[in-house]
Amino acid sequence: MMKLSNSNSPIARREALKDRLEQLVRMMEIRAVEERIQKLFGEGHIRGSTHLANGQEAVAVGLARSIDPDDVVTCTYRGHGHALALGVTPAGVIGEICGRVIGCAGGLGGSMHLVEPSVGLLPTFAIVGAGLPVACGAAMAARARGKDRVAISVFGDGSTNIGAFHEALNFASIRKLPVIFICENNLYGEYSRINLTTPVEDIAIRATSYNMPGVIVDGQDVDTVAKAVQTAVARARAGEGPSLLEMKTYRYSGHSRSDPAAYRLPGELDAWLKRDPIKLFADRLESEKLIAAGGFEPLFDDVRASVEDATSEVLASPAPALDQIMSHVTAASAGGDQRWNFWSK
Amino acid sequence: MAKIWNRQAVLKALDDAMTEDPTVIVMGEDIAAAGGPFKVTEGLLATHGPDRVIDTPISEMAFLGAGVGAAVCGLKPVIEMMFIEFIGVALDELTTQAATMRFLSRGKLTVPLVVRASAGAGQGFGCQHSQMLDHWFRGTPGLKLCVTSNARTTYGLLRSAIEDPDPVVVLEPRVLYSDREEYEFDPKYRIPLGTAEIVKPGKDATIVTCGAMVRVATEAAARTDANIEVIDLLTLWPWDRKTVAESVSRTGRLVTVEEATLGSGWGADVASAITTDLFGSLKAAPLRITLPDAPVPYSGALEARYLPNPDYVVAQINQLVKTNKTPAPWWEMA
Repeated sequence: MMKLSNSNSPIARREALKDRLEQLVRMMEIRAVEERIQKLFGEGHIRGSTHLANGQEAVAVGLARSIDPDDVVTCTYRGHGHALALGVTPAGVIGEICGRVIGCAGGLGGSMHLVEPSVGLLPTFAIVGAGLPVACGAAMAARARGKDRVAISVFGDGSTNIGAFHEALNFASIRKLPVIFICENNLYGEYSRINLTTPVEDIAIRATSYNMPGVIVDGQDVDTVAKAVQTAVARARAGEGPSLLEMKTYRYSGHSRSDPAAYRLPGELDAWLKRDPIKLFADRLESEKLIAAGGFEPLFDDVRASVEDATSEVLASPAPALDQIMSHVTAASAGGDQRWNFWSK
Repeated sequence: MAKIWNRQAVLKALDDAMTEDPTVIVMGEDIAAAGGPFKVTEGLLATHGPDRVIDTPISEMAFLGAGVGAAVCGLKPVIEMMFIEFIGVALDELTTQAATMRFLSRGKLTVPLVVRASAGAGQGFGCQHSQMLDHWFRGTPGLKLCVTSNARTTYGLLRSAIEDPDPVVVLEPRVLYSDREEYEFDPKYRIPLGTAEIVKPGKDATIVTCGAMVRVATEAAARTDANIEVIDLLTLWPWDRKTVAESVSRTGRLVTVEEATLGSGWGADVASAITTDLFGSLKAAPLRITLPDAPVPYSGALEARYLPNPDYVVAQINQLVKTNKTPAPWWEMA
């Protein structure tokens, strides 16, 4: 079981998610990686900022297990969990955030720019809302090229107040594009609670204006997430157009590393911790007899140990060479044209 | 003299302007209740209240556009873009709308708007949060553009920008916010827009620079074999051609140190204008020390190399002054 998750191949890691126990392990891995990143920041290995998604693991894994590796995903800077779920290795994620060669962007991108075309992940977008129109274009290409592929855009509740959200939903709807818009409503856009910035509590309502299904989903339950995504994917593949899924979830950390999240409502974090997505799924697997009673902690320890191994591997990896600055700026640059050919089969 | 954080100069300029002029309002993401992600607006909400210190949704087009409308109708809005890149989705409201309002109304409508933003590289924020992007604004008719370089220039430029009758973009190098400096605030202090300052006099070459590169250039100038004059441009548009031309007419050599790519940098305009003014009397062709034409790299050593640093500027200038030939940039050397 652990063997697959420890694979260095993003595709193999993605395939492994068909197994329910692997899904739990991946959720634990996301949590462990985010915790390790927080620590690496304190240890001085990470520059700039970083945006953690602990608490939102069920959305990432529920999505990744429900789409194919050659479906295209656009995601935000709060994307470590999605990258891991889609298949990027812990060393690929941690390495990128530490600016090492082993990182999934060779250390050139950093925390906000994780990428792995082989599992459909475009470089994560550091500008709020930027990924939604891009997903529309990926869906157009799939259709134009006769491919049965869908595009998924993952974004936060804060993004839904930006023009790109409204333009992309409208555009996708009138063209009936095979796009699934996934809003991770974690109740906070940067440092502000949703009620201070957004006149509706449920983002899903906004789908009404664009004549597409708007579905409120329990984002803490990985099975519920998966079911909602599968329904939207089936609709998209059938040519019936886009959907907006609102995943009700919560981020346990602040907006970024310098934010202690002092603005949280009292008791809110504790209430959400009671429905922790990892615990919730572990309990279910226990009732399904897929893990033994008392098996949770040892399993989590194993996962943490393998994340620690990945961290050691990262810290042994060098920083990129200086010539990488001038590489891959255009096709004529050093490094050559390494274009990933989507859907070449 | 009191030691202050550079970022306190932003806060003080806003606070003083709001105290003196009730039409000044500030707007932006998380600037009020949270005090701003870089703490440059901390306390403004308590002092001036929620009608004048306004938190916005993540809706740059809405709040920048609203700033334009409010400015036309009698307020003096100061709009914060947390990172200058965030203006990308709202650029129309500034460069196409605000910048043409006076022209189209034949002077009847004006836009006394300030857009201020943190900008620039050096802290590992990655390629989408580390650009200066001054070339998005520079040269736009109807718009002015400044770059701050320390607490004094931050205060002086911001106060002038807020009082200016036209839209002004003020770029604040983020890397400077946490600098500690000795500076005594004077509420009457202003730096007139469009004027450059000679930071250090010299006779062998003139470095023209701005923003975070001022300290790089100043440190380099002190270490070269020659006697170098350093000019802080302060306003990138319209820029102080007279001061620069007068300096280069004395030194005979022009060097720009730019936190801008070779292809986009303001130095091309400066070099062109000064060459036109002083063609026959230059001892060497203008030397532009810039960023390479590549996005900002994340990894620490790469980002440090990407930016001009004092050692590199010293080597480039020594070669220029010694040979009067233009040295190649580092990325073209083997």
